[in-house]
Amino acid sequence: MRAFEYSSPRSTEDAIRMLSAEGAVALAGGTDLLSLMKDGAAAPSRLVNLKAIPDLTGAHETDGGLHIGATTRLGPLGEHRVIRESFPAVAQAIAGVRSRQVLSMRTVGGDLLQRPRCWYFRAGFGLVPMHDGQSMAKTGDNRYHAIFGNAGDAVFVNPSSLAPPLIALGASATVLGPDGERTVAVEDLYRTPASSDESEFTLGAAEIVTGVTIPMRSSSNATYEIRNRKGFDWPLAAASVAASDGGARVVLGHAAPTPWMSAAAAGALAGGISEASAEAAGDAAVADAAALSGNGYKIQLARVAVKRAALAAM
Amino acid sequence: MAEYTWPAAGDRLHIGKHISRLDGPVKATGRAKYAYDVNRRGMLWAIMVQCPHAHARITSIDASAAEAMDGVVKVHVIQDVGTEIQWAHDEIVAVAATSEEVARDGAAAVKIEYEVLSHFVNERAVDEAPDAQPAQAETTGDPAAAMASAPTKSSGSYHVAQIAHCSLESHGQVAEWQDEENVTLWASTQAISGVASQLGEQIGIPASNVHVETQYMGGGFGSKFSVDRWGVVCAQIARDTGRPVKLMLDRDQEVTVAGARPSTHAEVSTAADADGNVVAWDSKSWGSGGPAGANSPPLPYVFAFDNQTHAHTSVPTNTGPARAWRAPRHPQACLVTMRALEDLAHAAGMDPLDFFLKNIDKTGERAGTYTEELEKGAELMGWRDRWRPRGSATGTVRSGLGLALHTWGGRGHRSNCEVLAYRDGLVEARIGSQDLGTGTRTIIALVLAETFGLGLEQVKVTMGRSVLPASGASGGSTTVGGVSGSTRRAALNAVDAVFERIAPRLGTEMANLELRNGQLHFKDGSMAAMPWRQAAALIGVNPVSATGANPGPGQLNDSGVGGIQMADVSVDMDTGVVSINRMVAVQDCGLILDMKLAESQVYGSLIMGVTYALTEERVFDPHTGQMLNADMEFYKLAGIEDVGEMIVHMMTGPGYDERGVIGLGEPPVIAPGAAIANAATNATGVPINEMPMTPERVLAAINGGMA
Repeated sequence: MRAFEYSSPRSTEDAIRMLSAEGAVALAGGTDLLSLMKDGAAAPSRLVNLKAIPDLTGAHETDGGLHIGATTRLGPLGEHRVIRESFPAVAQAIAGVRSRQVLSMRTVGGDLLQRPRCWYFRAGFGLVPMHDGQSMAKTGDNRYHAIFGNAGDAVFVNPSSLAPPLIALGASATVLGPDGERTVAVEDLYRTPASSDESEFTLGAAEIVTGVTIPMRSSSNATYEIRNRKGFDWPLAAASVAASDGGARVVLGHAAPTPWMSAAAAGALAGGISEASAEAAGDAAVADAAALSGNGYKIQLARVAVKRAALAAM
Repeated sequence: MAEYTWPAAGDRLHIGKHISRLDGPVKATGRAKYAYDVNRRGMLWAIMVQCPHAHARITSIDASAAEAMDGVVKVHVIQDVGTEIQWAHDEIVAVAATSEEVARDGAAAVKIEYEVLSHFVNERAVDEAPDAQPAQAETTGDPAAAMASAPTKSSGSYHVAQIAHCSLESHGQVAEWQDEENVTLWASTQAISGVASQLGEQIGIPASNVHVETQYMGGGFGSKFSVDRWGVVCAQIARDTGRPVKLMLDRDQEVTVAGARPSTHAEVSTAADADGNVVAWDSKSWGSGGPAGANSPPLPYVFAFDNQTHAHTSVPTNTGPARAWRAPRHPQACLVTMRALEDLAHAAGMDPLDFFLKNIDKTGERAGTYTEELEKGAELMGWRDRWRPRGSATGTVRSGLGLALHTWGGRGHRSNCEVLAYRDGLVEARIGSQDLGTGTRTIIALVLAETFGLGLEQVKVTMGRSVLPASGASGGSTTVGGVSGSTRRAALNAVDAVFERIAPRLGTEMANLELRNGQLHFKDGSMAAMPWRQAAALIGVNPVSATGANPGPGQLNDSGVGGIQMADVSVDMDTGVVSINRMVAVQDCGLILDMKLAESQVYGSLIMGVTYALTEERVFDPHTGQMLNADMEFYKLAGIEDVGEMIVHMMTGPGYDERGVIGLGEPPVIAPGAAIANAATNATGVPINEMPMTPERVLAAINGGMA
């Protein structure tokens, strides 16, 4: 393992300054970063611990909605009154993590920005692994890979538990960097890289997510995951639905290189959630899905996840 | 001369009771030290560099950068330039350094070049295998004719994926030389005596100079019988550097090179007469467990039919080699056979419970046992009330029942034990066996205490060292029969030896003495009973010593068990997710020494069975031949939420106890997968023919295709 510096700033300003060095990486709960380092898939020269910055942790209600600091741990967040009462989609996504250990350490920011679990990526072949000029995952074993947004060579899936419900709920992320603070929709944190040299995130150099804000709009919302194991296991499909008088949002997880928003499914729920519209939303969600050589079953699972998320939200 | 029997049912002090394992507290508190926990002063860490290619020839090795690193003490070439490598992750070089971190950095700095050769890793496509080795069919009767004239027929293809042992404590050891002639190996092994012999031979010292120590070990399941290449390398580096060396496998190595259970793929046709008697069996199977392919599973399993034929093709692959996996070949054979017979029962329009009972005589000498067990299992599962014909269930989540039969030998292995009785009242067993976590230590203590009529706290077990009286490897369910036989005989001999020593000092005859409930009794009533400690004081400063062996005089153990298991599962028809509601296991294993340990063996087996039934599988990349899930993230073991309710019933009493002790390590792990697959088939109404039964495969079956 590459030797690295460790720093633990008390302010976001210090954190941004420390992150401006070449090879510096932000450390939150460490549930992803430390395993990447052990696997040799990440070799930072400096770790900047964000957990000692008081401003970054905890959730509180503001005029704009529920603000959640980036280093708030998932476990406590799942117990938060507003989350339980108003945003069950978030609580259900957190419950889906299943591991006490992970829930105790993983942070909101870390969950949103964790790297894909693609087994080619983790084995060191890169995020967009190529083999003889072809996508290695497309021509290899892609049973856990993308069914949307997979026309190019990148076919990993975004693994975030929180991104689908937060996007469905219209949450925004606060991003802080050397050039100051900006606010973006959570879905705009993500992009599909064209090659392994590119990032799957839109953050600039030394930028960090300091928190997310969920607008206090009343909605029916829910998340539904399908996993092989009942315990700690990555979902094979996940969907979050939020429906209100102003319309619906439907977001799929573990389905594409980014959290996947389905306008068609949302449209099917525009007139309200019913058994029939939930079914239609599931069908609409996967109408433009495209199977790779070994993941056709995931289309069925995505359809069911959308339908069941909608029914759970009803 | 002692009579070598087990005490009668009414005379048992400990045997058959629910006794907790003696080492539970030290394990639960972390005081138990496994090989992985051993740290010696001045110890080096060794890390092995693995080949990334599934098939390649080494063209160059440059370790200069590693050798130049601070803290790197030794670079040991395991396989040199020119060697042809047959599987990914094979070990090429070991780097020993003053810390684990430096050893890893050193390993990463070794530059090895390869000429990459073509590989074959996915044996399911047997037609594409470059080196498939078909064997002659074994045939009894005239299956073709019987098939042709039978009114009821069934056929299907059944598939069992290759899985790993995935021991929680990985393979490995710490080696330390006492001088130029003597080495101690703290090894995670199922065979301390065997490892001592193997290492001595391979490094050129007498086996008696190799001291293997294994007090606790974290699972082997058949993968830890050998000293292994890494054991020899570890000892060699320790000798070369004059320092203790620790070399333990990483998780990825554990699941790639340290053991695999071969896959089995089979095409089966069966036929029954109008009454539901099976009249013909025809199977063709193939499978692989690495470069040596795979031996045939015993097909048909448990049953023998008048007209049957079976042919097997072994398929070599460029994958880490197979090792014995708990009940070698049986779980695969069980899945194929029980699924095929369930399908035939369905074709015959029969409840499989009736169908299996109808054909139970074809199981041979265990037919009576199976019948009793099936009735008991049916009662515990509520089978008669709850079973419905295949496909009767409706709705999105459908439940169903399935059952399977299994068999195993389990005769006690060769074992030697010395029992010492000291004048302070302590009685000690010394035995060169090892406790894999199954409770062997507790069994030895229990037998010793039983024989002396003492409490468990009054006896001591010294084991886990190769210098102790030799005992066999712990595999094939042979340990409990072996160590209980040798300990019982040694203990009975020791009681006699104690009597011989103290009788003259008590002014009586040996034959007048007996030990019962912690007291020395005088059969003729000439003296009042005296506490054991008071009697033991007469032993004198030299302890009494006696030995016993297995096999030996008297019928203390036997071989051959039958068990049945039933599964109640639910299947989500829209997602293909299989959930275990309940498992029922009914098992015989002769005389049960410790009911709690026996039940624990079955619980553990059911959990392991649920795991291989639903989630476990080695996945190989077609491009590189590397295992893609060499971790515990995508090499999926079931968690506690996945296993459902488990009901275990052990057959005891007349007809079972008098057979003596029979091993239990393998039998209960054989049938869970088959029972679960039959239950999933019953629930969904479509044949669920593949393990693991992932959502992907179950959905494919429901949707009418093959995964």
